[in-house]
Amino acid sequence: MPVWDWNYAFDILPDLLLALVTTIEITLLGSVVALLLGLVFAVLRRLRIPVLDQVLWAFVEVVRSTPLLVQVFFLFFVLPQFGVTLSAFVVGVVGLGVHYATYTSEVYRAGIDAIPKGQWEACTALSLPRLRVWTGVILPQAVPRVLPALGNYVISMFKEVPLLLAIGVVEVVNEARELGSLTFRYTEPYTIAGLLFLLLSYPASMLVRRLERRRVTA
Amino acid sequence: MSPPDTSEPMIVFDGVEKRFGSNVVLKDLSFTVAPGEHVTLIGPSGSGKTTILRLLMTLEQCNEGTISVGGRYLSHEERGGKLGPPREKYLRDVRKHIGMVFQQFNLFPNMTVRGNLCEGPTRVLGLSKDEANARAEELLDLVGLKEKIDAHPTQLSGGQQQRVAIARALAMRPDVLLLDEVTSALDPELVAGVLKLLRDIGDTTDITILCVTHEMGFARDFSHRVMMFDGGRVLEDAPPEKLFTEPDHQRTKDFLQAVLAH
Amino acid sequence: MENLPQIVGVLSDGIPETVIATLGGVLLTIVLSVAAGLLLLSPSRTVRGVTRVYVEGFRGTSEVVQLFWIYFVLPVLVGFQLLPLFAGIVVLGLNHGAYGAEIVRGAVRSVPRAQYEGAIALSLSPAQRMRRVILPQAFVEMLPPFNNLFIQLLKSSAILALITVPEVTRQAREVLIPNFGADTLLIFGVTFVIYLVLAALITLVMRLLERVASARLGRRPSRAARAAARAAGPTGTEGVAA
Repeated sequence: MPVWDWNYAFDILPDLLLALVTTIEITLLGSVVALLLGLVFAVLRRLRIPVLDQVLWAFVEVVRSTPLLVQVFFLFFVLPQFGVTLSAFVVGVVGLGVHYATYTSEVYRAGIDAIPKGQWEACTALSLPRLRVWTGVILPQAVPRVLPALGNYVISMFKEVPLLLAIGVVEVVNEARELGSLTFRYTEPYTIAGLLFLLLSYPASMLVRRLERRRVTA
Repeated sequence: MSPPDTSEPMIVFDGVEKRFGSNVVLKDLSFTVAPGEHVTLIGPSGSGKTTILRLLMTLEQCNEGTISVGGRYLSHEERGGKLGPPREKYLRDVRKHIGMVFQQFNLFPNMTVRGNLCEGPTRVLGLSKDEANARAEELLDLVGLKEKIDAHPTQLSGGQQQRVAIARALAMRPDVLLLDEVTSALDPELVAGVLKLLRDIGDTTDITILCVTHEMGFARDFSHRVMMFDGGRVLEDAPPEKLFTEPDHQRTKDFLQAVLAH
Repeated sequence: MENLPQIVGVLSDGIPETVIATLGGVLLTIVLSVAAGLLLLSPSRTVRGVTRVYVEGFRGTSEVVQLFWIYFVLPVLVGFQLLPLFAGIVVLGLNHGAYGAEIVRGAVRSVPRAQYEGAIALSLSPAQRMRRVILPQAFVEMLPPFNNLFIQLLKSSAILALITVPEVTRQAREVLIPNFGADTLLIFGVTFVIYLVLAALITLVMRLLERVASARLGRRPSRAARAAARAAGPTGTEGVAA
């Protein structure tokens, strides 16, 4: 038996690509959660509301310091006991999204902290309402400068989707495992799975790096 | 220059003290400014001049005493006949009547010049887009930058940015205008244009203006009154003719000499 | 709650595996980071190119794929299978070493040019320059991002559960969930606490190192560096507004 069987490789490619679509779906939906929730976290922390601030801090620390896999198990096994049963797909999206929201919140925070104090003072001098200060002045300046960092996190999320095979989500690696178990040939499925990740995430990270350089030189 | 109306004061500082940590910046400070009056604050750095402007803009809160503008407290809020700490909503309302121009311009880089000028009028004063636009155009005409209306602040020179910042403050139709070292960050050749604009505004409006500056020539012909600060207190308070020619205190003399020498 | 002692007991049985995997991974990460980080700065294009392939290859693919590949595919190619724990350590090290290489490269490059010139003026050899002058200074810069990276590695060690290593996460999932199905909240609560404590230990050690290393350079540990490392997170040293 050859080490690498091209026919077999081409046979399984369509199934793997189909599973890749699921992987991308979870990445994109999870990114929406991470990017929005992270922003909410960052703004709330900046407002320093007593009690809520400490609770958020503790939440962010726990989520950042414990494995995503355990958090996914938590959502998958604990929530149903409280009457909330989510599909594996939704658990994946929520788990990834919340986990990465704790990262993106730090990124947003760095971006917000980098806005000169004078911008806040000018807002006060114009009596702008709080909400408008955020939506009209601070965030439009802070968010563009952290886009590369946020992009890097989206790429990281993409690479963490395979973790969800532990709760039965059929993403690329899980599909590869299933295909392999039918024929007892694992070389092709796992290698192709790895290449698919590289094929997407390497150009994406190149793109982010270019974005970064443009920002630095601009 | 005609002496301003002195019936009801526009600005009242009464026994104001401001500390940063253990550092006392202003001590038992009391003074009033009449409507339409132009007052220049001079003194060595660290003497508390800028702090006075920042207190008036509510960028800082005082530790003791009261501050009021146009008959309403800035430092406190009156509720049920008692004075309490001011709430954000109340402050925002009082603040509407006060404008400020900063040393570093602080234009919003994410908006065009038009956006900067329309932001306050539409979001705070409730003007329609068209009204705000008309006002923006009129003011840009006044500051001589009509053709820059769709430029971004980063495309303008420092002097142009500062003139836009002045127009932005005026767009709010303030009763009180605070000028915080507005020419200090400018290249020397751009200073004259900005000062001329301020003189024009002083001559053609009845806005009460408080100004911190190191431009003594400007202070002399622009202000009705000059206050010399030292160590958080008013050392001297006199019309410019007097203060610049025959000050009462040796400290003032030394300060003026040092400033004029350089 | 009456099952708490058993739950703690079963999870504790997994701690040694988690700790061994993490420590092994950390050691391998350090070796690979320094080696690859310095090779990325090599004057030779070929050396840089080959190192880039390693770094981008491991940063560009999923850790789970890497794990499965080494555990399931490699045996087919080389004829013998690694022990699960050993395969896990290899993957944790290779993966995080690729990220660490960028940290080392960035830190070395952040040492001011004048320091190189000073070292050259003293006629130090290139190896001496690196060892005696550049690395001690770069070392301090590396500690906050490496703290992050090691915590990341600790968290990643949970995927070893997928190749039957009986570490903490697998103990929770495979031993406790089937047997104490009513106590899921407790099971994962304790699991979280275990990881939090381990992460805190990593941070403690790294802060201590930071203090020692800074003192040797006559500096104080930098809060700003830590905040920047925190915002940069696991994706690397770049990308956050300066």
